Amino acid sequence: MDAAWSDLQALVGAENMRAATAEDAVDGVVPQMVIEPGGAEEVAGVLKIATGAGLAVIPRGGRTKMDWGNLLRNSERSGTLILSTSRLNRVVEHAWGDMTATVEAGCTFQRVQETLAQHGQRLALDPLWPEQATIGGILATNDTGPLRVRFGSLRDLIIGITLALPDGTLAKSGGKVVKNVAGYDLPKLATGSLGTLGIITQTIFRLHPVPRETRTLSFSTADGAAANALVLAIQDCNIVPTGVQIRAASSAMPEVDLRFEGTAPGCEAQIEQTLRICSGARRVEPPENVWNARSELWSGTESLIVCKFTLLPAELGTFLTSIRKLSEALQWSWRLVAQSVGVGYLRLDGGNSGNVVSALQNLREELESRGGSLVLLRCPLAIKSKIDVWGSAGDALPLMRNIKAQFDPEGVLNPGRFIGGI
Amino acid sequence: MPLDSRILDKFRAVVGRGLITEDSQLHTYECDGLTNFRVLPQAVLLPTSTEEVQAIVRICQREKIPFVARGSGTGLSGGALPVEKGIVISLARMNRILEVDLPNARMVVEPGVINADVTQRVAPHGYFYAPDPSSQSVCSIGGNVAENSGGAHCLKYGFTTTHVLALEVVLPDGSIVHLGSRTLDRPGYDLPGIFVGSEGTLGIATKIVLRIVKKPAVIQTLLAAFNSTEEAGAAVSGIIGAGMLPAAIEMMDNLAIQAAEASVHAGYPNCGGLLLVELDGPAAEVEHLIDEVGKICTQCGAWEIRVAQSEAERAVVWKGRKAAFAAMGHISPNYIVQDGVIPRTALPKVLSEMERMSAAQGLRVANVFHAGDGNLHPLVLYDGRIPGQEERAMELSIDILRLCVKCGGSITGEHGVGEEKKSMMPEMFAEPDLETMQLVRCAFDPEHLANPGKVFPRTRLCAERTGPYHPHPLEAAGVAQFF
Ligand SMILES: Cc1cc2nc3c(=O)[nH]c(=O)nc-3n(C[C@H](O)[C@H](O)[C@H](O)COP(=O)(O)OP(=O)(O)OC[C@H]3O[C@@H](n4cnc5c(N)ncnc54)[C@H](O)[C@@H]3O)c2cc1C
Repeated sequence: MDAAWSDLQALVGAENMRAATAEDAVDGVVPQMVIEPGGAEEVAGVLKIATGAGLAVIPRGGRTKMDWGNLLRNSERSGTLILSTSRLNRVVEHAWGDMTATVEAGCTFQRVQETLAQHGQRLALDPLWPEQATIGGILATNDTGPLRVRFGSLRDLIIGITLALPDGTLAKSGGKVVKNVAGYDLPKLATGSLGTLGIITQTIFRLHPVPRETRTLSFSTADGAAANALVLAIQDCNIVPTGVQIRAASSAMPEVDLRFEGTAPGCEAQIEQTLRICSGARRVEPPENVWNARSELWSGTESLIVCKFTLLPAELGTFLTSIRKLSEALQWSWRLVAQSVGVGYLRLDGGNSGNVVSALQNLREELESRGGSLVLLRCPLAIKSKIDVWGSAGDALPLMRNIKAQFDPEGVLNPGRFIGGI
Repeated sequence: MPLDSRILDKFRAVVGRGLITEDSQLHTYECDGLTNFRVLPQAVLLPTSTEEVQAIVRICQREKIPFVARGSGTGLSGGALPVEKGIVISLARMNRILEVDLPNARMVVEPGVINADVTQRVAPHGYFYAPDPSSQSVCSIGGNVAENSGGAHCLKYGFTTTHVLALEVVLPDGSIVHLGSRTLDRPGYDLPGIFVGSEGTLGIATKIVLRIVKKPAVIQTLLAAFNSTEEAGAAVSGIIGAGMLPAAIEMMDNLAIQAAEASVHAGYPNCGGLLLVELDGPAAEVEHLIDEVGKICTQCGAWEIRVAQSEAERAVVWKGRKAAFAAMGHISPNYIVQDGVIPRTALPKVLSEMERMSAAQGLRVANVFHAGDGNLHPLVLYDGRIPGQEERAMELSIDILRLCVKCGGSITGEHGVGEEKKSMMPEMFAEPDLETMQLVRCAFDPEHLANPGKVFPRTRLCAERTGPYHPHPLEAAGVAQFF
């Protein structure tokens, strides 16, 4: 083992390696070392040494979502290393004429956005905690916000990637052009893979213009069904909002927020049309930072549970009713933010009532039976040790295991943290 | 050597009369839209259900017979080209639309459904299926999925991959798996993301869940005539630079215009560079922006601008563009279509370089582009009766692709690598890149039975890498069996 540490030190320099502390713990497990390689080659080199030495490697970006995923399974590894991408933090190229940007994985989202804004462009994405979250972490967790109703999610924006594999291979896929079908689409495979296939070192994105104007309007609705009906009515007419979300809570009536971007006349005309469609709902003043409502779900107490749920857009109303019933029975309070495309985030505050796990499982079963899912993003460790945070991968799990076995045969990267214990 | 009768009997037991072994009929399947590659298959099977596809693939797996899926055979890279000693599985008879779910804007279709039929089915409700390859009236959704096909409107709406949510697939080992889900963000690896665009090498899609899109309130198409493609290119940059995202921006050069006129009489002005810009969206937005587009075009030298407003006027404007490939037959006995991509800003450089190359080879090159996303379709014109011309044309078309790669682009934007361009892959990717991509192949098809020999110049041997099986801690503890 000592040999491996000294090899690593020789590769990245002593100043870029340190013993891990309690602050570096991942779900309560304190790794041995934290290493900060200075470039893609070094990342690949670190992986090769770690693989040879039988270490487990936990990739880390801005540390905002290190608790997403199952508990680490490092018992079969000889030690655990955190590989931080903090020194891979450059915006390598902003080809504004081509509306693409090449960005290193450790670059924070905010930094990218500020650079792109200099030419009136943006990555049309609104991830959680943009000041700290890095591009690599956002991709690995597939974290997207309300803009996706118009611009799609990460998989629709990423066009190229460089991955460092456990055997030390550095592989590129995709490219710098928006349209490209040469070879398999590894950028998509890496998106949402929680760093279990390779470490993302560099990415290329397609960009969009910063909108000329932005307008938001909010409505208060009588109940979940009414909120759902409103959202579906918007989808079924030909206005094109860049954000449609439902905010709901145990203590309040659901509200629906709509955002429009474009030219001033375009926004105005769409608002007018929206007001006609929503004539049954009461217009209210949107709260401050309404489009950050999602990140606010994480604020506060320790015993907090935050889940991501997916369902068909037309089932949002039914789901709201289920949540209300469930939380009444358990005496929980809850809050949620759901995007109209059928992706939402639910926060539960319930203390440690004993039947949380089975209640979550019931909720998950209900969602999965209709093609949806329930993923726990944050929960107390006591709960995490009793439930798979991801839920079912269905009959594709063997295929997913095959993919993992091809890319990371020894199980070096984030062992156990992904779906089905991958 | 033909397949022995024992195997043919097994196939017949599955598909009955849907088995073709007559030479004369097999010839129909010996190539796709790229007719200069031909291989006669051993047999063609026409299953009508997922179960039949599965039964066929199981036989192939047991007997180690390679198979090639085929949709409508319009591919332009030899993707559906049969392989030696292999069979073709045609999905043409699996052509039912299984489900239309308007509230959720989803549809479930079989792979043999024709692209245009999807839109036709939901058009009365104000929806459409966005990916619109020029071949949409004949090509199949299964083929679109395999090629990740694009079309003029993908600039704004995204390619096939954006619109495929889930798939039922028969894997090369004969198992049926479900990739993705009707809902977004299914936990786990993005398997639809990797399957779409895999050119038939990972398995056979037997059901596809598509996303459909609400028709925009207003569509306006502007046609602008310039003296040169350089001027037209500058207008494209101007439009994008002004922060607009049109639904489509298409460009044609003079030769392409001549061909389109000769074949469908679209009424295009006779000019050096023609631009079609389509804007769609809310009426107020479109009306405001179309004026801006017009102004930018004028500033860049456009001497004629027309705006098509009605559906009929738009149809005429598009007719010439959509017929552009086929129209080449009117001005040249033979032609090669290429499918390079360049960063949009490299357009002037690439065009002038292409002009030089075409003069050097003494061959004409007509150009049709998806200008908004930098996808070029250079059409290299030649006369196959003149000895040596075909070879020179091939050489020129390959050199054009090299030029695209040199400028930071790609060898294919939508037609796929297939058989035709696999030898070009190393010009775009290094060996480790190609080896890494093939890890995916090894995970899906370790025995290389699905469309073998395509896409990659060399086949990676698949290591047996099943990895040690780790029971999930919860599984081990007997707490749960979720998976
Ligand atoms: C005139 C013309 C214009 C064209 N314009 C465009 C255009 O604008 N944009 C564009 O992108 N393409 C275009 N193409 C190319 C072609 O139409 C597309 O690639 C189309 O998607 C092919 O569909 P197909 O059904 O004909 O597939 P095929 O040619 O039969 O097969 C294509 C590939 O798909 C695989 N495949 C077929 N079905 C399945 C299945 N069910 N499961 C797994 N694999 C399968 C085959 O093995 C093969 O590799 C054009 C072609 C022509 C002839």
